[in-house]
Amino acid sequence: MNKIVSLFCGIIFGIGLVISEMINPAKVLGFLNLFGEWDPSLAFVMIGALVVSTPLFHLFKNKEKPIFSSSFSISNKKEIDKKLIIGSILFGAGWGLAGLCPGPAITSIALLNMSSVTFVIAMFVGFYITKLS
Amino acid sequence: MNIINFTPMSALTGGLIIGFSVFLFFILNGRMTGISSIASNFLISKDNRIDNLLFLVGLIFGPLIYSYFTSQKIEISITNSLLLLIGGGLLVGLGTRISGGCTSGHGISGISRFSLRSTIATMTFMIVGILTVLITNIL
Repeated sequence: MNKIVSLFCGIIFGIGLVISEMINPAKVLGFLNLFGEWDPSLAFVMIGALVVSTPLFHLFKNKEKPIFSSSFSISNKKEIDKKLIIGSILFGAGWGLAGLCPGPAITSIALLNMSSVTFVIAMFVGFYITKLS
Repeated sequence: MNIINFTPMSALTGGLIIGFSVFLFFILNGRMTGISSIASNFLISKDNRIDNLLFLVGLIFGPLIYSYFTSQKIEISITNSLLLLIGGGLLVGLGTRISGGCTSGHGISGISRFSLRSTIATMTFMIVGILTVLITNIL
C-alpha cells in the first residue's frame, strides 16, 4: 500500500506543479525578478500549499502512527549551522540561474525537453558528489 | 517594479493540490515530502528505494495524466544556454543536499512544521535566487 501511496502522491504533486505553472522556468524566473518585471504568482503556490499542509500536519502530528506505516519518519534536525546556510546559498544561486528546482525539474522530464533533462542529469551528479564527500 | 503575467488563481489551485499531496504522504506513509531528499535517496540509499522511485515516476506521470484529461498542451520555456543549465543543475544538486532540502522539503514541509531551520533555509534561497536574477539581468 505504501508503494501505491508514493506513486499517487507523486502524481498529485506533479499535477499541482503543472497547474501552478511552477514547472515553467520562465514563470519561476519571473517570480524571482522582484526588481524588474515581477510576476508574483508563485508566491500563491506556496501560500496554497501551506494553507493545506500546515493545519492538517498540526491536527494529526500527535497521532501514534501513520495509516500505512509502522511509524512516522520526520526530521527532527534543529541546528542552524554553516551547512544549512551555505547549501541554501548554492541552491538559491542554481535556482536563480536555471529557474528550476528539483520537483519541477524531474516533473518536466515528461515533456522530453532536452534543456530540463540536461539540468536533471547535472542535478543528480550534484547529489552524487555530496555523497562522496 | 512592474507586475506582469500575474496568474494567482492557477497558482493557488496548484498550491492547494501540492499541499494535499504533502498531507497524504504524511498521514498515509508517515513521511514529509522533500523532492531533493526523495531523488537523492533513490540514487544513493537502499532504504525505501522503490517508494522513492515510484514517487518520482508519479511526478513524471503528473503532466501526462493532466494533458490526457484536459487535452491541454503544457508549454514551458527555457532560454538558458546548456552550460548555464549544467551549472545550475550542479548547484541545485549540491546545495539541496548540503542544506538538507529544497523548495518542497524546507519551503513547504519544513515551514508547515514551523521548523525554524527550514524557515531560515527558505528565506536564504529565496533571497539568493532573487539576487542571482538581479545580477544576471545586469550582466
